[in-house]
Amino acid sequence: MSPNFQHLELVRKRDPDGLAWLYLDRAGASTNTLSRELLDELAAAFAQLEADPPKGLIIASAKPAGFVAGADIEEFTRIDSAQGARDLVQRGWELFNRLARLQFPTLALIRGHCLGGGLELALACRYRIVVDEPGTKLALPEVMLGIVPGWGGMQRLPELIGPAAALDLMLTGKSLDARRAHKLGLADECVPPRVMENAARMLVRSGQPPRALPFMHKLLNGPLKAVVANKARQQVAAKARREHYPAPYAILDIWQRYGGNALAVPADDPASLEAIFRSPTAKNLVRVFFLQERLKGFGKDSDFALRHVHVVGAGVMGGDIAALCAFAGMTVTLQDQSVERIAPAVARAAKFFERKFRGDKRQVRFALDRLIPDPQGHGAARADLVIEAIFENLDAKRALFADIERRAKPDAVLATNTSSLRIEDIATALADPRRLVGIHFFNPVALMPLVEVVRGEASDDEALRRAAAFVRRIDKLPLPVKSAPGFLVNAVLGPYMLEALRCVEEGLSPETVDAALVAFGMPMGPVELVDTVGLDIAVAAGKALAGEAAAPPRRLMELVTAGQLGRKSGQGYYRWADGKAQKGAVGSIPSGLAERIVAPLVAAARRCVDHDVVADADLADAGVIFGTGFAPFTGGPLYYSPDSGKTPSGELSAGRLGAVVNAG
Amino acid sequence: MNRDIFIVDGARTPFLKSRNTPGPFAAADLATAAGAALLARQRFAPDQLDEVILGCASPSPDEVNIGRVVALRMGCGQKVPGWTVMRNCASGMQALDSAIANIQAGRSQLVLAGGVDALSRAPLLLSDAMVRWLSGWYATKTVGEKLAALRRFKPGYLAPVIGIMKGLTDPIVGQLMGQTAENLAHRFGISRAEMDAFAARSHARVLAAREAGHFGAHFGELVPLIDRDGTVYADDDGVRADSTPENLAKLKPFFDRKYGRVTAGNSSQITDGAAWLVLASSEAVERHGLNPLGRIADSQWAGLDPAQMGLGPVHAATPILQRHGLGLADIDAWEINEAFAAQVIACLRAWDDADYCRDELGLADACGRLDEAKLNLDGGAIAQGHPVGASGARIVLHLLNVLRRQGLKRGVASICIGGGQGGAMLVEALP
Repeated sequence: MSPNFQHLELVRKRDPDGLAWLYLDRAGASTNTLSRELLDELAAAFAQLEADPPKGLIIASAKPAGFVAGADIEEFTRIDSAQGARDLVQRGWELFNRLARLQFPTLALIRGHCLGGGLELALACRYRIVVDEPGTKLALPEVMLGIVPGWGGMQRLPELIGPAAALDLMLTGKSLDARRAHKLGLADECVPPRVMENAARMLVRSGQPPRALPFMHKLLNGPLKAVVANKARQQVAAKARREHYPAPYAILDIWQRYGGNALAVPADDPASLEAIFRSPTAKNLVRVFFLQERLKGFGKDSDFALRHVHVVGAGVMGGDIAALCAFAGMTVTLQDQSVERIAPAVARAAKFFERKFRGDKRQVRFALDRLIPDPQGHGAARADLVIEAIFENLDAKRALFADIERRAKPDAVLATNTSSLRIEDIATALADPRRLVGIHFFNPVALMPLVEVVRGEASDDEALRRAAAFVRRIDKLPLPVKSAPGFLVNAVLGPYMLEALRCVEEGLSPETVDAALVAFGMPMGPVELVDTVGLDIAVAAGKALAGEAAAPPRRLMELVTAGQLGRKSGQGYYRWADGKAQKGAVGSIPSGLAERIVAPLVAAARRCVDHDVVADADLADAGVIFGTGFAPFTGGPLYYSPDSGKTPSGELSAGRLGAVVNAG
Repeated sequence: MNRDIFIVDGARTPFLKSRNTPGPFAAADLATAAGAALLARQRFAPDQLDEVILGCASPSPDEVNIGRVVALRMGCGQKVPGWTVMRNCASGMQALDSAIANIQAGRSQLVLAGGVDALSRAPLLLSDAMVRWLSGWYATKTVGEKLAALRRFKPGYLAPVIGIMKGLTDPIVGQLMGQTAENLAHRFGISRAEMDAFAARSHARVLAAREAGHFGAHFGELVPLIDRDGTVYADDDGVRADSTPENLAKLKPFFDRKYGRVTAGNSSQITDGAAWLVLASSEAVERHGLNPLGRIADSQWAGLDPAQMGLGPVHAATPILQRHGLGLADIDAWEINEAFAAQVIACLRAWDDADYCRDELGLADACGRLDEAKLNLDGGAIAQGHPVGASGARIVLHLLNVLRRQGLKRGVASICIGGGQGGAMLVEALP
């Protein structure tokens, strides 16, 4: 550390080429975030360099993990006024403009994640080098927090790579790996770590002019801006409404009309910092971000060394779980009654790996090597974790676990993926019922971020911690829940779907019902969801949740009797073709329809909190958002619900959020 | 032998017949799939192996040290050494013997050893003339030079050299392996009908053994393969129910065209496959609590005239019998790799021939008749195929399964080796 800096190290002496090296190293943190203190020190460092200019400046990270993860989100959750937001944007905007104006060449050496404000810092340099490693990811994810990249990203990224690619990145928040970043022109070079310092040294002294935008892109970023903006606006509108998600619309407006400068937008403009600050969306999305961080924390306190997972049941669910584990680097034995039953899971896994590894043939092969068909179930004796995903039959599961317990290693975690049976009923088949936990996945496994970690009455704490650690290992979000019918997610979805079907029973068209809920902000309407889940499954789940006594909707029973089970049979409430529901016209939506259908979901979530199925209302919100896709901009069913009767948790500082600036 | 060599377990892939196009799996894919499944059922972790030794006669250019490639792909970890051995048709048996040598010397305690080849993926090579032309082409700089080079090109340069034909031709005597089998047929007066009958019996025995489940789950010998499209390869696919003596008689001689007796039907098939065994010292057995299936009690290599290479088993197995004071009849089960029907029949004739035993083996008299009811009980390479590097390991593995199934004790597995060698191992089943 330089004597006068806490979060930086500026190295100038002894460099044979007269270069300055500026290492970012935020004190007391494992990754760099751009706190106010760090920004102030950057300004001081720039002042030193302006007074005594080096031949060139290389900015890099001193952290083993990543370049910069973005702004300090904790810090900007404390902003309590629109003026505070404007001040924060201004600080970064001016600092990075100063960096861009330095009289000597500058270069960002990017290894690991480079997100939000970190990428905006890199964009203000003359050159960028990305290190070709799997961890290198570049993104402007502000939009996911309901805010805009206000520190120059909206101006510099379109200038560097053209507006089409830049808007795509800014409007979706998606990330680029090192090679893609180089291909798009975001980085000047993509190099392996062994030559990164050399490359930085040579490029910064090269005198090479900064990358120029091709003529066509210049047109699109100039006279033809409106064409690009209108097309992008249409694409955004297809996915998100402005009243729910103002930030992507603001990004488009600020780029098109204000040259990417958020500070130039007048306060009364809908794209202004003030307007974004007024909307509850940003604070709710930041709340969701913190909820996600909280879920990621489960299992962190376990040192579970997971090498081998044994999956019993190679159906869609079991097969996809196995693929995910192999993808995450574990050895997986996949058991079913015959190799023919395992084969479709291997074929699906191969496609999954090809997609995830993006044509890296060696990685695809290694992942397939790790996925071992095991019709005899030998792997159970070697596994650190055994997951059962066979059909929902109590006797079969009891017999299976009794056998597995005898063969498994004494410290192996034994888990069931059951959704409708009581863990306790399965656990009594074990000599030691404490060993059994639930690890409940959702379909489609590859896409659904949430996994419920279910505590049976007897479940051992350490086994639960290990189960949560496993869920993190495959990059899912673990939600601890107590054993109860439907756990959390299915317990809230059941009454919600039932209410929707009742509305259909009362004469509304499925299209009308679904349109109302999509307008509310759901990713998919409830009737289409019933069709997707399968009508038979919905009936069975309804019985399990409500008991045999509850009368299911008559039309539902008629369809099931007729074998019209939804998407999988080609006909349910909708006719299905090519995996898509064939929808007719939407009728006029009665007022309060969405609220009526969501109300039972909210009530069920409330019951789950009251009955300790989840530990608190925040976790209920987290589970419902990540488990069902419940409109994230609302902050969650209990947080949004005016009649929930409970104030949101104060520890997230969410009530005081109003952030409008950079975030990682 | 001073230290016991235990066979802990073993497994192989189905043997997949080459269909004149690259098969669904590369050699390393085959060895990885069978080995990973085998390791997943052991009481020790893959990284507790001391080494991995793989026999392979023709690894592809991108997996030259295929033993190391496969060790890493099976998840043995970076610290487990892996290497490749090559002794043509006995490469898999050589891998076992190399493991034995290292266990005997105390260098290793626990070794995964086996063999593999994917003959369907044997390369087509450029002719020497083409290579010379190409090197001239790459040296050209000007358009004029390029035109001159193009004028020198002859379409005949494009004719590829078929790698597998090179491999199946003896470089010393210049004969195809099938021609060496013709030599034996000539020497011992073996008729075409005898060969075809032997071949038909091989097919029938494999089918009967499959029907009875002798390759499958019970012994765990066969590990089914699944390719990326979800196609299952569960069985050796070269076996044919219609390979009767009558049908086999219709085939034309392949190696000595027109006048020969050796056909594709009474020769082993060109095939892809892999086979593995886990070998352990008594210390390793104790340390990991293993339940060995058997022992390899002795092994032997022998050299002979390359033009008579098919008699290799006689020369390799006989010294083992002598060392242990055993006669042919004292062996409960035999596996002699079926490179050619003529070659296996010739081995039996040679043992039963006083002159041969006296002149070639230095014995006082003939060894006698080998009871064919004890020979290749479940068929052999004529029906299952001969993925060169894998066969030597397969016959040892399968011999042990035959002994255990029948409650027998002692068996010999032996293989002839292109280039004029033979290899043999004495195997004992443990109760």
